[in-house]
Amino acid sequence: MTGNIAILGYGLSAIGPGIGVGLIFAAYINGVARQPEARGMLQTIAFLGFALTEALAIFGLALAFVFRS
Amino acid sequence: MSLGLLAAAGGETFTAPGTEDFWQPLFGTSGALAVTRPAVVLVISAIIIMVVLSVATRRLSIVPGKGQMLTEATYGLVRNSIARDIIGSRDFLRFVPLLFSCFTLILLNNLFGIIPFFQYPTMARIAFPLVLALVVFVVYHYLGIKRRGLAGYLGSLLPPGLPGWIKPLVFLLELITYFITRPVTLALRLFGNMFAGHLLLLLFITGGEYMLLHSGSLGLQIFSIPTFGMGVVMTLFELLVEFLQAYIFTLLAALYIAGSLADEH
Repeated sequence: MTGNIAILGYGLSAIGPGIGVGLIFAAYINGVARQPEARGMLQTIAFLGFALTEALAIFGLALAFVFRS
Repeated sequence: MSLGLLAAAGGETFTAPGTEDFWQPLFGTSGALAVTRPAVVLVISAIIIMVVLSVATRRLSIVPGKGQMLTEATYGLVRNSIARDIIGSRDFLRFVPLLFSCFTLILLNNLFGIIPFFQYPTMARIAFPLVLALVVFVVYHYLGIKRRGLAGYLGSLLPPGLPGWIKPLVFLLELITYFITRPVTLALRLFGNMFAGHLLLLLFITGGEYMLLHSGSLGLQIFSIPTFGMGVVMTLFELLVEFLQAYIFTLLAALYIAGSLADEH
């Protein structure tokens, strides 16, 4: 079996952001369910948190290609 | 994506698509400098935005038609739910042109990733999102420095009410955040999403094509049907991601600008 260990590393590095994004949207759904009128404000915050968390996964992807050779 | 790739996949073994498939020079291919496909797509997108917006805003009516409705909805999204809600109603209007340009340019260029014949997300080359992030970087630092002066601006990076011994450490962290992490993540997020999404589409379509036409085994040929199906599903998912990334870029740009304008940290 041949391949590149960097891609495996990316798989590992994607676990954390995956859990993080799940937690963020779980909290968002919880918040909207409890207080539906706060939806607009929560949406901005949720997407902001999503973007910040996802950046880590994107770092992993970029580094997987950087260290591929 | 490109016919060359399909031909390359048609050999004995399947070669997975990679970064090199995104380098597509069109003219002047003598060296590293060339007019590439994303550059052409970017110019086309800018022309399309200019034409569409100038035509759509020429004859404005009280009862909007379909085209005007779409333009107004896009503008309303950027003006009200991004700029006004985040920057605040006092001085958000100055930044609406910047944010609206960012949003429409990124959105259209992202959508080109799945529109037939273009099918190249411009932002999948790091240079393009890097320049956009650089514009935002310069704007929010300029605003902060103009408002407080250089020393005041650097001082305002520190959150108030910290004990003295921890201040240098926090200041260093904030400095890294403002000058390195923010612009880098802003560019990398857009680049990474577009790149990864397009690579995934490329993998499903070329892989399906290889299994159907070149594998020579019935099992793989049958299995190519769900592969193409996944390609279609991922295309629809890309549509969502493309919109979301344009939204997030604009949102973060507005947030950084708001941070420079805010009275306290």
